[in-house]
Amino acid sequence: MNDTPTIAPVALERGTSDVLTKAEIRLAHREVRRHKMVAFALVVPLLLFLFFSFVAPIATMLHRGFYSPVVAQLIPNTLQSLATWDGQGQPDDAVLTNMAIDLKRLAADRTSGKLAAEINRNKPGASSVVKSSARKLRRTDDADLAQNGATLLLAANKAWADPLMWRAVQKSGDTYTDGFYLTALDLERTFEGELQIREATQIYIKLYTKTLRMALIITLMCLILGYPLAYYLANAPSKTANLLMIFVLLPFWTSLLVRTTAWIALLQTNGVVNSFLTGVGITSEPLDMLYTEFSTIIAMTHILLPFMILPLYSVMKGIDPTLMRAAMSMGARPIPAFIKIYLPNTMPGLSAGALLVFIISVGYYITPALVGGTDGQMISNIIAFHMQQSNNWGLAAALGSMLLILILTLYWVYDHLVGTDNIKLG
Amino acid sequence: MQKFPAYYTIWHKLGVYALKYTAWLVLFFLIVPIVVIIPLSFNAEPYFTFTRGMVTLDPAAYSTRWYDAVVTNPNWMLAIKNSFIIGFFATIVATVLGTLAAVGLSSQYMPYKRVIMALMLSPMIVPSIIVAAGMFFFFTKFGLAGSFVGLVIAHAALGVPFVIITVTATLSGFDRSLYHAGLSMGASPLKTFFDVVMPLIRPGVISGAMFAFVTSFDEVVVVLFLAGPGQRTIPRQMFSGLREQINPTILAVATLLILVSVAFLITLEFLRRRSERLRGLEDHG
Amino acid sequence: MKTTTMIAGAALGALLASTAMAEELTVVSFGGAYGAAQKKHMIDPYTAKTGTKILFEDYSGGIAEIKAQVEAGNIQWDVVDIEVIDLERACSEGLLEVIPASVLAPGADGTPGAQDFIPAAIANECGVGNIVWTIIYAYNEKTIGSVKPNSIGDFFNTKKIVGKRAMRKRPQVNLEWALIADGVPVAKVYEVLATEAGQARAFAKLDTIKDDIVWFDSWSQVPQLLNDGGAVMGQSANGRIFDAIKKDGKPFKMVWDAHVYDLDVWAVVKGSKKKDLAYDFISFAAGTKPLAGMPDVAYGPTRKSSMVLVDPSVIPDLPTSHLDEGLKADGIFWADYGESLGEKFNEWMLK
Repeated sequence: MNDTPTIAPVALERGTSDVLTKAEIRLAHREVRRHKMVAFALVVPLLLFLFFSFVAPIATMLHRGFYSPVVAQLIPNTLQSLATWDGQGQPDDAVLTNMAIDLKRLAADRTSGKLAAEINRNKPGASSVVKSSARKLRRTDDADLAQNGATLLLAANKAWADPLMWRAVQKSGDTYTDGFYLTALDLERTFEGELQIREATQIYIKLYTKTLRMALIITLMCLILGYPLAYYLANAPSKTANLLMIFVLLPFWTSLLVRTTAWIALLQTNGVVNSFLTGVGITSEPLDMLYTEFSTIIAMTHILLPFMILPLYSVMKGIDPTLMRAAMSMGARPIPAFIKIYLPNTMPGLSAGALLVFIISVGYYITPALVGGTDGQMISNIIAFHMQQSNNWGLAAALGSMLLILILTLYWVYDHLVGTDNIKLG
Repeated sequence: MQKFPAYYTIWHKLGVYALKYTAWLVLFFLIVPIVVIIPLSFNAEPYFTFTRGMVTLDPAAYSTRWYDAVVTNPNWMLAIKNSFIIGFFATIVATVLGTLAAVGLSSQYMPYKRVIMALMLSPMIVPSIIVAAGMFFFFTKFGLAGSFVGLVIAHAALGVPFVIITVTATLSGFDRSLYHAGLSMGASPLKTFFDVVMPLIRPGVISGAMFAFVTSFDEVVVVLFLAGPGQRTIPRQMFSGLREQINPTILAVATLLILVSVAFLITLEFLRRRSERLRGLEDHG
Repeated sequence: MKTTTMIAGAALGALLASTAMAEELTVVSFGGAYGAAQKKHMIDPYTAKTGTKILFEDYSGGIAEIKAQVEAGNIQWDVVDIEVIDLERACSEGLLEVIPASVLAPGADGTPGAQDFIPAAIANECGVGNIVWTIIYAYNEKTIGSVKPNSIGDFFNTKKIVGKRAMRKRPQVNLEWALIADGVPVAKVYEVLATEAGQARAFAKLDTIKDDIVWFDSWSQVPQLLNDGGAVMGQSANGRIFDAIKKDGKPFKMVWDAHVYDLDVWAVVKGSKKKDLAYDFISFAAGTKPLAGMPDVAYGPTRKSSMVLVDPSVIPDLPTSHLDEGLKADGIFWADYGESLGEKFNEWMLK
């Protein structure tokens, strides 16, 4: 279909030899506008729906990666008095007193845990300082606290004399922060504002690399397994091909949880594969296959293989089978003929399948979560971990945003290479 | 025995056989894990593997106890019911909105087509963990987390791309002049749509709806983040079962789900043939 | 079209019906054999008595899920069965409701609630006592080989006992055991664990068996792992192993050395919309008779009046009969250090 709506149907009907009057041109333009409006009106409900159900949630998540209002809300007074501190040595007694008063209030409100969790992100180990101090200060007298707050705070925990502790408090007090994104990149900002590699641990870049490596292996596996099968199906007699296609389509239509369950049944210590291997005598001890990177890769290859086969098959179907035959009857050797003639012709299907498999596997969550154990985990799993287990939603959002950027880049490549309007199902 | 052209060398013939057996091996890899589940679900023992009795086909080694366990467990029954309810409503929302949009997108007058198309298909591409996290943050603000309405909205959004793809595909073989004829004869766009367009794209709409339903029926990540205990679905129940207490009840459910997929596959194939007949296309092979 | 309308009508009806069902109480506990005992002695009798439907959910412990619900303002659970090792932290972080004293029903013999419970069971204002239980490790006599383990040291000795060890994927108890296995006296464990050096020592000890650990999330997984050979020995709540031995006749053996005993209590998630119903349920479930059913799975009731009703033959299997061999889990320590040790533990896992 034509993308350029410059010529109205009215104009076409008139034929090209006639010259249009101005009124007719106006009419034609109005007609085009009307069609545009109708088309757009049809799309608007879905656009609005997707805006609410899809775009806005993702935007909220992106925002979450920068926004961290908790500490500023919990200890406003302390932060205000800390603003003038130069970052060296122990802050003024006024600051310490404010903190002591704030901690007592937080302990009574049962929100000291929130503060502790936030500060702990900037200074690992700080959480126990905050919480134990709050617990001790809870029983102090208000008047005493206002008088000797600083002394009481230091008595509760001597870590409050440490400037690093206060730098962490100050840093946590920023309502808008790039801290989560920096952590997601294994970076941190020094007190002087310079970027450096995170001292505590560097895991996320490694995890991204690992995810990409696993996705690449899965894509290659799908290619190695999918290409010959697609070729065979495309060149088999129509009846056979249709019948065998069921073997590709049935897994494609089967719930991915069912397929993951199947792999658990196959690969577990006492599972089907191990019983077979030990029964036949290939191994004496059952192999540890489940809950490893290996099981993640094999299960995901199985799950994503149809996404590779289907586009390859439909492209190969369109290649004239006499092409190769002609080349070879003229004396070309099979392998060079294949590489020079056949392979380039399958490139559209190959790139579509490979990109699709790669994109889906980079963001996969379920299968690694169920069969991956600890070493088969991918980036999605760590995002889920920070969402559900460590409750570090800012970091989860930052990691998610980076994953999103990665996926959208790949999607853009896909759109330009393959075209989203060429996606076919089944 | 296959017949080969005269110029084929022995290596070439071997190659043809190698290809054939490789293809069969891959088919075996694709289908066996799914087929294996079915007999295992009739295991009389609480294991995920074939017992000696099962291998020797001893009838005592087989039982339907895990199917009974599914039917008598209120959690599974609730999950089954919820899956159908959520799937049903999500499908309706996705199909209605998606079909309208697909008709609009197929118009040659549609502005910003490429961008809008890319946006509408993106729920299929964006990793579900991101969608789920975003919805968790956003829907909680409106009290939609832990509600059926929230899940229906979420699943409808995820199903939309499939409706768009299938309906656009049927529309690509559709003669637009019919629609314009309807419009130019003064019929309202809505009436034209239902009288002229709808009958022709119906197969596409139905298969899109089926994809949308399956998407919802199989979705688990969003459910894990968004659903409360009252909204557990089949995949969620399977997920927590696989994480916590693996027993063959899950295999029984899995077998039932395989039957559902077979039914879907047959229906889709039927629709595809009908659509081709309707559009007057020859079997594209 | 008619059928479509009918289907739509039916589905709409079902949807409305299920929304109406939202008036149920959601109770969350640990599932498996323990969950089954609770269902039999607490959930079902309560439903029979009051007609209130209960959604009985499983979780694998910890406070993360409760925290996510409270912080997002999306409360899904009403009543939670929580380990005291997590209770102090959950309570001090404002994740639980403070339970009014009226919830403590008097014992069947008329003793006022406050005196009938053992003191530790109602020490925290957010929880009402449920059971005394403990974390031991157990092995499968069939797969263990000729050398049998009998101490925590053996659990960490990969030369003496070859094979996989199942451990729960969280720092609690694992770090305590690591220190004990490394020679720290039981009484000093928490003191040492509060220092940087002590934490490093615990992780270093865990490092020595890291390649031989199978991690699990839920207690229900352990009997299965032991049974199917996924692990030769595994950390477990004592009741799960007891149940597997007694009910399924599994060849499992428990090792009581340095078991970490703790209490489980009932608590109400902060912001629950059915707070009063939740209190009513807790008042019932923590009553004399329901608690007396818990020794079914070798957990000790926290009410003195329940002990009278317990079958004397299970008493040697109750954690309370082995207190001198064990270590009391320290909820206050974990309230202060749970966050930072949790983070360290996860980083250590990913390394």
